Amino acid sequence: MTADVIVIGAGIVGAACADALTQGGLRVVVIEPSLAVSGATGAGMGHLLILDENEAEFSITRYSRDRWNQMAMEMPSSLEYERCGTIWIAAVPEELPLLKQRCAFLQSRQVRAEILDSQQLAEAEPNLRPGLPGGLFIPDDAILYPPAAAGWLLKRAEQRGAAVLTGKRVTHIQAWGVELEDGSRLEAHHVVCATGMWTPQLIGGLPIQPRKGHLVITDRYPGFVRHAVMELGYLKSAHGRESESVAFNVQPRKTGQVLIGSSRQFGVTDARPESRIISSMVQRAIDFMPRIAQLSALRAWTGFRAATPDRLPMVGPVANRPNCLLCAGHEGIGITTCLASAGLVSAFILGDRPPLDPKPYAVERF
Amino acid sequence: MIESRWDVVVVGAGPAGLAAACMAAEAGRRVVVLDENPQPGGQIWRGEDHHWIRRFSASGSTFRGACTVVDQPEPGVLHVVGRNISYHLRFKRLVIATGARERFMPFPGWTLPGVVGAGGLQALVKSGWPLAGKRVVVAGAGPLLLQAAAFFRSRGARLTCLAEQTPLRRGLSFALRSGKRLQAIALLGRLCDVPYRWSCWPVRASGQERVESVTLRQGDRMWTEPCDYLACSFGLVPNTELAQLVGCELVDGAVRVDEQQETTVSGVYCAGEPTGIGGVDLALIQGQIAGCSAAGSLQRASAFFEQRARWIEFRARLQAAFALRQELRQLPDPETVVCRCEDVPLKEIRPHSCWRSAKLQTRCGMGPCQGRICGPIVEFLFGWKVDSVRPPLTPVRLEQLVNRGSAATADRHDSHPG
Ligand SMILES: Cc1cc2nc3c(=O)[nH]c(=O)nc-3n(C[C@H](O)[C@H](O)[C@H](O)COP(=O)(O)OP(=O)(O)OC[C@H]3O[C@@H](n4cnc5c(N)ncnc54)[C@H](O)[C@@H]3O)c2cc1C
Ligand SMILES: Cc1cc2nc3c(=O)[nH]c(=O)nc-3n(C[C@H](O)[C@H](O)[C@H](O)COP(=O)(O)OP(=O)(O)OC[C@H]3O[C@@H](n4cnc5c(N)ncnc54)[C@H](O)[C@@H]3O)c2cc1C
Repeated sequence: MTADVIVIGAGIVGAACADALTQGGLRVVVIEPSLAVSGATGAGMGHLLILDENEAEFSITRYSRDRWNQMAMEMPSSLEYERCGTIWIAAVPEELPLLKQRCAFLQSRQVRAEILDSQQLAEAEPNLRPGLPGGLFIPDDAILYPPAAAGWLLKRAEQRGAAVLTGKRVTHIQAWGVELEDGSRLEAHHVVCATGMWTPQLIGGLPIQPRKGHLVITDRYPGFVRHAVMELGYLKSAHGRESESVAFNVQPRKTGQVLIGSSRQFGVTDARPESRIISSMVQRAIDFMPRIAQLSALRAWTGFRAATPDRLPMVGPVANRPNCLLCAGHEGIGITTCLASAGLVSAFILGDRPPLDPKPYAVERF
Repeated sequence: MIESRWDVVVVGAGPAGLAAACMAAEAGRRVVVLDENPQPGGQIWRGEDHHWIRRFSASGSTFRGACTVVDQPEPGVLHVVGRNISYHLRFKRLVIATGARERFMPFPGWTLPGVVGAGGLQALVKSGWPLAGKRVVVAGAGPLLLQAAAFFRSRGARLTCLAEQTPLRRGLSFALRSGKRLQAIALLGRLCDVPYRWSCWPVRASGQERVESVTLRQGDRMWTEPCDYLACSFGLVPNTELAQLVGCELVDGAVRVDEQQETTVSGVYCAGEPTGIGGVDLALIQGQIAGCSAAGSLQRASAFFEQRARWIEFRARLQAAFALRQELRQLPDPETVVCRCEDVPLKEIRPHSCWRSAKLQTRCGMGPCQGRICGPIVEFLFGWKVDSVRPPLTPVRLEQLVNRGSAATADRHDSHPG
């Protein structure tokens, strides 16, 4: 039997593609060598947020975040979805103009956003260190638990007839389908490659690099943090190309736990947590939230983001690879942006009108 | 700053760790022993005046109690955390003697207050918890059951039943062939008026606020026994986490060691329960070998090989005799909680294909105990391999994850009782 589409990789991006494609009535087979959600999706923070460094980043995050919020009603409670909002913090008064500029931009695009002065910020997050100059509050940002979200999207696809083959690794992508490690072949009209940081193994010459991140989770302290809170400097850490950086980034999980990020490292492939990085990341959190120092830390772990040079995903046809669509390189916002990427992929395959302009994410931009 | 003045660092001050420290220190090495408990002695001698503890005190070793090893930040360095300290410690040789923990078995009602580990209850009582006049049912598998029962009795408990899941025939043939025959007979003598039931196990604990009774099964017979405590002991699980974090290989859930008690990581030795549940005598012998090896006295180590071989044979017979029966796998019902930290019932875990999948999707094993309790349970129930060890090994305050180079303050906690 020839499937309509083979999706390679069952991370949240592959899961979202399978969900969108089956919604379009296509027969989909998802192939995953390990477990569903064992890659970056099993490691990430699950913050659904709008970023606005540039127009392309804004459109993809805005579309996706709003889609997630629309889907909230249908989600099972295991997704731990919560529209807690984001607060971006200015660490020094010099950062206030940038906050205000971002606020004005978001408001001009009909995204709810407001500036918090020093006192409002302290009231919104009483555990922040006193005297911080101010914050930018984006109330409609949300958080969820990524493995459960991906599992849910995958299950929806399965209910519409998709097959999920775990324990199978794709070794080659061909015009007619894929070859598997066990020597067998699977045919399909289209192949979607959603293999995150492993993509260069299947499609050579792509500028996708692993970017390691550390996280630490605490025991339960309900109400200690109320919003996803990040320093404005996070943008510098995320958008910069430095080989190593940390930024203050904490999240209230629905369980009452506090999830603490985040670090970014290029050029490291060893997944073991590094105490040096954890140390500076936690120190950063303590600088902003002194009382966090006393919370009990349960576990530290790491994950790898699939980073492209401009931090935007690569979505669309690949030169000299007939019938193959790439959908990878979602760096640190793939939980959010997988919905827009999946929308683009299904528009390409079904010939529908894309939900947003695909050009900024086109594979051939590099 | 990293504290670097020790030749041999021993983690764990139970029989194995103490024996290792004595041998290494008596051979002239600078030895420090770390234990998360304030006192040396491990599970059985803690707070006692045992001759090995006296020998340890006189050996020239340094003891640091109330501090836990939580990570290996870089090869050859341990991260040590105590109430108000956090520092890095370099070792030339490391002896891992981290002992074992109790194995729990889920059945309906096992999370009720009053249903406790037999070892946990012993520790509680030793620290002053009153047991006089309380009705106690002791249930599970293995020789520790007997010791626990005798101990509760000595503290005034009314032992209403001792339920041993092992068949009488297997238990008896083990007892008769073991070097501990006399000890067992003495214990049994002290318990001769207690109903001692073989091939018997708990199927349900019931009660409103706390346990009021336990339903036991023996063959086709089921009955309910009123109790204030149900003390369970289904054997022990080796504490291999530190060894795993340091990179040591395991075999069958225990740390792989060679003749010298050296692990697959050069310069790292392991002794006692992490190498397989074998009891205090084997722990002492392995500890002495590890201590000699770590001090470079291979000749002296070899003097213990023959004794060790005998106790390893004992270990094999112990494990075979008290192997858990398959019926126990049927005890939990779909609603029975398997992961106590995160409240995950069996029915949510069963559909998964492996530990990692269950963990990611149900949060099983993600709470404060990090799978120490539910990991061995799902291993027994489903045969899954539970192998993810991540720092910190036990929960620590966040500030203790920050390197501040406070090694100097560690000295204040040293004790040289000898
Ligand atoms: C520390 C950290 C924090 C993060 N925080 C956030 C956040 O707060 N918000 C947010 O939106 N994003 C966040 N992210 C980013 C997000 O997790 C990722 O962008 C997203 O999970 C990427 O999903 P994916 O499906 O592309 O990749 P993956 O989840 O890695 O999935 C790729 C899959 O492909 C499979 N695969 C690989 N090779 C083959 C092959 N040959 N054949 C078949 N299958 C194959 C893999 O096994 C894997 O399952 C974070 C990431 C990290 C590391
Ligand atoms: C709950 C329990 C009750 C027991 N009761 C009895 C009994 O009544 N009679 C009997 O004969 N046997 C009993 N045993 C078995 C007995 O403990 C062993 O046979 C023997 O003590 C093994 O010695 P050991 O040195 O290997 O381990 P242990 O005596 O367990 O010593 C290990 C030590 O390592 C320390 N440790 C572990 N990890 C770390 C870390 N990361 N950092 C710092 N310190 C650490 C622990 O605090 C502990 O003190 C019991 C075991 C358990 C678990």
